[in-house]
Amino acid sequence: MIRLKRGLGLALASIILVFGLSVMQAKAADVPAIAAASNIKFALDELSSAFTQDTGLKVRLSYGSSGNFVAQIKHGAPFQMFLSADERYIEQLAKSGGTLDDGVLYAVGRLAIAAPKNSPLQLDPELKGLKRLIDSGELKRFAIANPDHAPYGERARFLLKGFGLWESITPALIYGENVSQAAQFAVSGSTQGGIIALSLAIAPQFQKLGRYKALPESLHEPIYQRMVLLNSAGSTAKAFYQYLQTDKARQVFSDFGFGLPPGVAKGE
Amino acid sequence: MDWQALLLSVKLSSVTVLILIPFAIFVSRFLAYRQFRGKSWVEALIMVPLVLPPTVIGYYLLVGLGSQSWLGQTLESLFGHQLVFNFSGLVIASILVNIPFAIQPIQRSFEAVPEDVCDAAACCGMSRLKVLFKIELPMVWPGVLTALVLCFSHVLGEFGVVLMMGGNIAGETKTIAISIYDSVQAFDFASAGQMSLVLLIFAVTVLAFTTSLSRRMGAGHASRRR
Repeated sequence: MIRLKRGLGLALASIILVFGLSVMQAKAADVPAIAAASNIKFALDELSSAFTQDTGLKVRLSYGSSGNFVAQIKHGAPFQMFLSADERYIEQLAKSGGTLDDGVLYAVGRLAIAAPKNSPLQLDPELKGLKRLIDSGELKRFAIANPDHAPYGERARFLLKGFGLWESITPALIYGENVSQAAQFAVSGSTQGGIIALSLAIAPQFQKLGRYKALPESLHEPIYQRMVLLNSAGSTAKAFYQYLQTDKARQVFSDFGFGLPPGVAKGE
Repeated sequence: MDWQALLLSVKLSSVTVLILIPFAIFVSRFLAYRQFRGKSWVEALIMVPLVLPPTVIGYYLLVGLGSQSWLGQTLESLFGHQLVFNFSGLVIASILVNIPFAIQPIQRSFEAVPEDVCDAAACCGMSRLKVLFKIELPMVWPGVLTALVLCFSHVLGEFGVVLMMGGNIAGETKTIAISIYDSVQAFDFASAGQMSLVLLIFAVTVLAFTTSLSRRMGAGHASRRR
């Protein structure tokens, strides 16, 4: 019994120790929390380290689905800036009064069709390969983001309808909670492919797993990606906001397959 | 491997357990010994988090404790900062979600304590508090231990609630489960795999440790009875 008690005491003591240690950890210096749609992860990771290198300032990036972030921000999430996958979310937020202004466009999203390396799916901008695979009955699973709340999913549905494939492909569709999850499904090997964001397909991490082809942006409404400063924004968040509008930043966005906001000349 | 997220999760589990277990001991003892009207309703209420999806609890906490609700505003002015999207909010959520895991095993243990032992102790003039610490607690330790381990590991793996009301802020609300989800979405399967393996090894070790400990405890009890 005594040995048992000693063991329990030891377990409790170690719990208290870990707790104490983590409390003692200094609170992170004032580094603004920034919410960003997960489809810009790779571009924004690069931009935030460039920002830190250039200015010495740091930001904390949280990636997730835009819709979820809007709900969290409305209920008081401590983000100082929000980069949405779709400008409609920013309009919603601005109306409820949580933002400094209407924000600014930072990029225009594009779609790509992607497939895992072993997939029989032929990739082309007119989706002829996809049609062939559907007709031959070989298409078992095809991933897109949830068209009911994810902008990339909605545009994918529009595009598939435009090519007359929607009815025939519906039984094979699986939905990602957001476009990043759809992308992960699309190259998981358990699907034959998917329609995802070009910005994810271009990332080197993606290309180890699959191949892709950009889809024509003229065939669907553009995906305007807008960012906004929230009421609590401090000087670092404001500096990052400005930084993302410089030519240097626009070049990075364009390297990751984004179009530039209308009216912005390509700064080569 | 996201050490910051792992440490945060361990811290969250520890704080939750430290607050929840003492509370659960008193509630369980009360429920085990007392009969009162509406007891089955109270017990049902305690079990609710078992059947509700964590996202439902997360949703209610987000809306109920958020800065738009009167409760959220009151608490915010009391604590000086808001509870959702904050470590303390996660602690509240973890406590709520784990109430059944804490109370169930302890209550069963208290119910198994023979009445005459406590009566005898009371006859010998032991105070109630002394009976609790000298007689009852040593007998219900296996239940307490099970509750402790269940809650600790359960918080470590909690996902839905944190996703809904955490905000995925590094060092504050980005727990190990969220970090694994993030790595998978970023095609970083190596790091997702490492973190998952750490959690798996931890879970198996802890469960093996508790099983053997409670078996030894059972053996101890048996030998004393002889």
